[in-house]
Amino acid sequence: MILDVKNAGYSYNGGRQIFSDISFSLADREVLCILGPNGIGKSTLIRCVANLNRLRSGSIRLFGEDLSGMQHIEIAKKIGYVPQAHEIVFPFSVRDFVLMGRAPHLAAFSSPGKSDYAKADEKLDLVGIRKIADKPVNEISGGEYQLAMIARALTQEPAILLLDEPTSHLDFGNQIRILEIIDQLADTGIAVIMSSHFPDHAFLSSDNVAIMQHGSFMAYGRPEDVVTEENLRKTYGVDVSITYSHDVDRHVCVPHMSGQGRCRNPAKPEKPGATGAASEG
Amino acid sequence: MEWIKGRISMISEKIVWFLRLPLIRTGLIFAILPILFVVSLFLGRYEVPPLHIIQLLFAPVVNLMPPNIIHIDPSWTPTEENVIYQIRLPRVIAAVLVGAGLAIAGAAYQGLFKNPLVSPDILGVSSGAGFGAALAILLGLGSFMIQASAFCLGILAVAITYLLSRSYRTTPTLILVLSGIIVAAFFSALISFTKFVADPYEKLPAITFWLMGSLASVRYSDILMIAPPLLIASAVLILIRWRINLLAVGDDEARSLGIDTKRMSQLIILCSTLITAGAVCIAGIIGWVGLIVPHLGRMLVGPDYKNLMPVTFVLGASYMLIIDDVARNLTSAEIPLGILTAIIGAPFFAYLLSRRSVGWT
Repeated sequence: MILDVKNAGYSYNGGRQIFSDISFSLADREVLCILGPNGIGKSTLIRCVANLNRLRSGSIRLFGEDLSGMQHIEIAKKIGYVPQAHEIVFPFSVRDFVLMGRAPHLAAFSSPGKSDYAKADEKLDLVGIRKIADKPVNEISGGEYQLAMIARALTQEPAILLLDEPTSHLDFGNQIRILEIIDQLADTGIAVIMSSHFPDHAFLSSDNVAIMQHGSFMAYGRPEDVVTEENLRKTYGVDVSITYSHDVDRHVCVPHMSGQGRCRNPAKPEKPGATGAASEG
Repeated sequence: MEWIKGRISMISEKIVWFLRLPLIRTGLIFAILPILFVVSLFLGRYEVPPLHIIQLLFAPVVNLMPPNIIHIDPSWTPTEENVIYQIRLPRVIAAVLVGAGLAIAGAAYQGLFKNPLVSPDILGVSSGAGFGAALAILLGLGSFMIQASAFCLGILAVAITYLLSRSYRTTPTLILVLSGIIVAAFFSALISFTKFVADPYEKLPAITFWLMGSLASVRYSDILMIAPPLLIASAVLILIRWRINLLAVGDDEARSLGIDTKRMSQLIILCSTLITAGAVCIAGIIGWVGLIVPHLGRMLVGPDYKNLMPVTFVLGASYMLIIDDVARNLTSAEIPLGILTAIIGAPFFAYLLSRRSVGWT
């Protein structure tokens, strides 16, 4: 196990408890997806693992070493953190932005050299945004910005990548593109923890899923066991059907709506099995 | 005719292309400073023949060699020597130090506060220093004590700002700016009070003139006093310049990239405060330099602090040299620097904004 979280608890300045007694561990090349409603503490948990917030109780061990005793720079060599998108004031070029990922590998008074530039370009290629490398980072699209942040985290050459809702604010196509890249990364030997709003993402790209609810993990395990109709109803308060789609060879989540929805009279495709029976009758 | 037009447009295109090459551009920026430095020595109310100035400048070096090889005979008058070496040279050196220092401190603060509208006095250093000087003038102290008092109170003001912000735990940069506004307002009130109680015929004009900024009375001893802290602090800022990029992007991201953001911001505040307090204590309060010169730098070489910091340093020095040349040559009386930096700086900044090439609009 490269990351062990034991009985983790967090509260703001001794006030409201955000979460408590959360335990999980991360194996090499594992992708863990954390689901849960808004404001439940997914981001805080990820920030604790990134050592941006300190746990109030419990412990996080990174390669067997206690995180609270480690220096920022040592953690940054092993953990890459991709925060939720925010505005950047200064128009750094995408390449310079990605290059910042080399910081943990550089001495305090030095700046990146040729090999660092090569590494940044390599990661730009990996996420497929090399062609916009010279554009200002505050003029690219939301999807490109998310990819640039992932490229920057990869330039750190971490063992673990933490992504805080990497697909929020992205359109349908970009969401899937991000998930594809995460999948690809896991194959190349990086473990990933990501939070998401979409239960489908758990089926798409993760080995393990945790559902965070009422300040702890309500369920944790394989996607098929955790992302169930019952758990999703408990978590999000809406009815969901989970069916197996033969077209894509995986489970899909289909939310129900009270009422019939706007599309009241859709042209219903006939069920493949039912067709024969209907024609015979 | 057409042929000539074509040639001209081709040549001008080539020149534009040449000027766009980053190396050439940086080279030009760095070449302007020594030229301005020498030109500034030629300018002044007392007329010194250009040949004498050149001889005067080279004599101390050349005359170190054996007299039978090369020797410059003093063709100049003692007054001319005095004007160049005791009045113009220290003044020009001071302008370089003050301009470069204020500009680089401003650039560092803009990165630290992630805000392009920040200037070096955001944490109250100028107001504190201004009060220190005003108080010393009111008490009738000598010029050394005025400077020392300005320097110390400038640093004290920033220390109070910093301690005030530490009482909060969250969003330190925002609280830091707020604390700076509080402290600056407090010391501004103290300055007003000092002026209010000052003797209106003698001390009030002295205080007012000091606050508007001037390099007229700078001596070598002043330079020797502020140069070491100013240059060392600037060197530190230049050494850590690439990492200021990370702070400029965001505190959380900088920390996740392994930066100890608390210590780094302390270091930047310490260096910028030493620089600004040093500049203010010999030159008075000079606004605008620390605000617009970094923008000028960003326009020329882009936002990457790796290039921006050295360029800003040199541009600040050049800008201050020009301002000071205007201050002492435009009219028969000295024009205070603080007035000129804004009168020249504000329209210039407005022009930059209107071209939308500042980079953050």
